[in-house]
Amino acid sequence: MTAAGPKKFMFVNRKAPYGTIYALESLEVVLISAAFDQDVSLVFIDDGVYQLKKGQQTKGIETKNFSPTYRALDGYDVEKLYVERESLEARGLTEEDLIVDVEVLGSADLGKLMDEQDVVVSC
Amino acid sequence: MKFGILVNEGPYQHQASDSAYLFCRAALAKGHEIHRVFFYHDGVNNSTRLTEPPQDDRNIVTRWSKLAADHGVDLVVCVAAALRRGIKDENLAPGFRISGLGQLVETGIQADRLVVFGD
Repeated sequence: MTAAGPKKFMFVNRKAPYGTIYALESLEVVLISAAFDQDVSLVFIDDGVYQLKKGQQTKGIETKNFSPTYRALDGYDVEKLYVERESLEARGLTEEDLIVDVEVLGSADLGKLMDEQDVVVSC
Repeated sequence: MKFGILVNEGPYQHQASDSAYLFCRAALAKGHEIHRVFFYHDGVNNSTRLTEPPQDDRNIVTRWSKLAADHGVDLVVCVAAALRRGIKDENLAPGFRISGLGQLVETGIQADRLVVFGD
């Protein structure tokens, strides 16, 4: 299993951007793993799709709006962003509502993609 | 098999740390290797030696320390998550060390499986 060369790391984001710190701290791991030259991808499922919602305003809750960081992922060569279709639809969202370009996949296809990974980190 | 472990929740509040500990103990008993246990998010709260549970309850922190002492398991606490929550070298329990997120990525690379415990 300990293959030479990069491993496939998938970070699965399932939680809303605010309310808990999971989304913010998980993004830190993504940036570090990119520095390790691994094959990194991100998945947004359930309330995790809200992490990519356009027009986030956090002034009222006095926390930092970190959503611009998702736009910077490109610069870290993190370009594989997947969003689950069912999660978007359940929340009345479309690709147009998101701040970055993503690939929208059904849960079955996402499952196949997960199966191909070496490391799946979920929160 | 060589396992990497990620603990994302604090002790007592959540079962994640208990489950991770029991998983480690069972894996070691079966002859597997624990490459590293990495504590992130509120999981860093598993590492403070100031923890004092009631006497009739398990001591989650000393249990981890004992696992490190008995089996040489590398217990690593994320520095950024730790500082944010008031965990520093001076209140760190034995067997734990504070280091960077690179240690998590490295165990993902080195281990055959990374097992995540959390919500």
